[in-house]
Amino acid sequence: MKLFKTHLYAILVVLLLILLIIFKPDVGMKALDLSASNFMDMFSVLPPIMLLIGLLDVWIPKEVMIKYLGEKSGLKGIGIVFLLGALAAGPLYAAFPVAAILLKKNARIANVLFFLGVWSTAKLPLVMFEYTSFGGKFTVIHIVSNLTVFLIGAYALEKSLSPAKKEEIYRISSSMVN
Amino acid sequence: MSTVFLYGLVALLFIISWFKDPQKSKKALKIGWKSFSKLIPTLIPVMVGIGIILSLLNPEAVSVILGEKSGVLGMLLGIFIGSVAFMPGFVAFPLGATLLSHGAGYPQIAGFVSSLMAVGIVSLSAEIKYFGKKSAILRNLTALVAVFIFVLIVWGVGL
Repeated sequence: MKLFKTHLYAILVVLLLILLIIFKPDVGMKALDLSASNFMDMFSVLPPIMLLIGLLDVWIPKEVMIKYLGEKSGLKGIGIVFLLGALAAGPLYAAFPVAAILLKKNARIANVLFFLGVWSTAKLPLVMFEYTSFGGKFTVIHIVSNLTVFLIGAYALEKSLSPAKKEEIYRISSSMVN
Repeated sequence: MSTVFLYGLVALLFIISWFKDPQKSKKALKIGWKSFSKLIPTLIPVMVGIGIILSLLNPEAVSVILGEKSGVLGMLLGIFIGSVAFMPGFVAFPLGATLLSHGAGYPQIAGFVSSLMAVGIVSLSAEIKYFGKKSAILRNLTALVAVFIFVLIVWGVGL
C-alpha cells in the first residue's frame, strides 16, 4: 500500500501514456519517445551529482561550509554560490539535492536560494548557447535582470521565514540527503 | 560534452577519496545512493508527464500562439507554457530560435525561454520535498517575477 502511495502519480501518468498509445497512437508514441529521452537526460546527470553529494557530505566539515557559505559569509558567500551555480551542469531538479547538501551543512538559506537561481539561469555552457541562439542583447538582458531579481528575492524570501520555519527547512532538506 | 566532463570529474574525485579513506568513500557512495533513491519516485511522473505535454505541443502550434502579433496574451501564454513545460536548454534554445524564424515575437520567446529555465511547476512536488511548501512556492514566484521583468524589458527595448 505504501509502495502504491509513493508511486501514485507515476502510476497515473503511465496509465495516461498507455491510454494515449492505444487511442491516439501518433501522439502516444511521440510522448513515449520524449519520456524516454527525458529519462536518458536524467540518468546522464543524476548519478555523478549524487556521488558528488556523498563525497561533499563525508569530506566537507560543517565548520568549513559555515565559514564560506554560512550566516556571516556575506559577499564571499554570494560569490561562491554564483560560481557553483554558473559551473553547474544539468536541469534544475538536479540542483535540489545539491542545495540540500549545502543546507545540511548549515549554508545560509539566502545563499542556497540564490544558488538555485544561478543554476537555473546562468549555467555557463548554456549561456554561450543562448548567445548563439538569440544574440548578445537578449542574453545580457536575460541574465542581468533575472539574477538581480534572484539575489534580492533570495534575501527577501529568507527574511520572510520565521526561525521555526528556517529550522524546518534545514531539517527536511537534511533528511533528503542522508 | 558536459556530461563526460561531469562523470570524469566525479570519478577522479572518488578515486582520490578512495586512496585517502576507503571507509569514508564507501559511506559517500551509500549517501549518494540513498539520496538518489529518495529523488527518483518524484521524478518519474515528471519525466513521463512532460513527455505527454510536449507531444501535444508542436513547434507550428507554439509559433502561432507566440506570434509577433500575439501581443500581451502571447507573452502570458509563453510564460505559462514555459512554466509548465520542461526541457533541457540545448533543446529549448534551438526551438526558440526556430519559433522566432517561424514568426514568434521576441518578448513572447523571452517569456517562454526564461520561465522554462527558472519556473518549474511540474518539478514543484520534488522541490517541496526538499525545501518545504512555503519556500518552494515562494522561490517559484520570485522566478516568475524575474521572468515578467525580463519580458517587459525585452518588450520595452523593442528587440
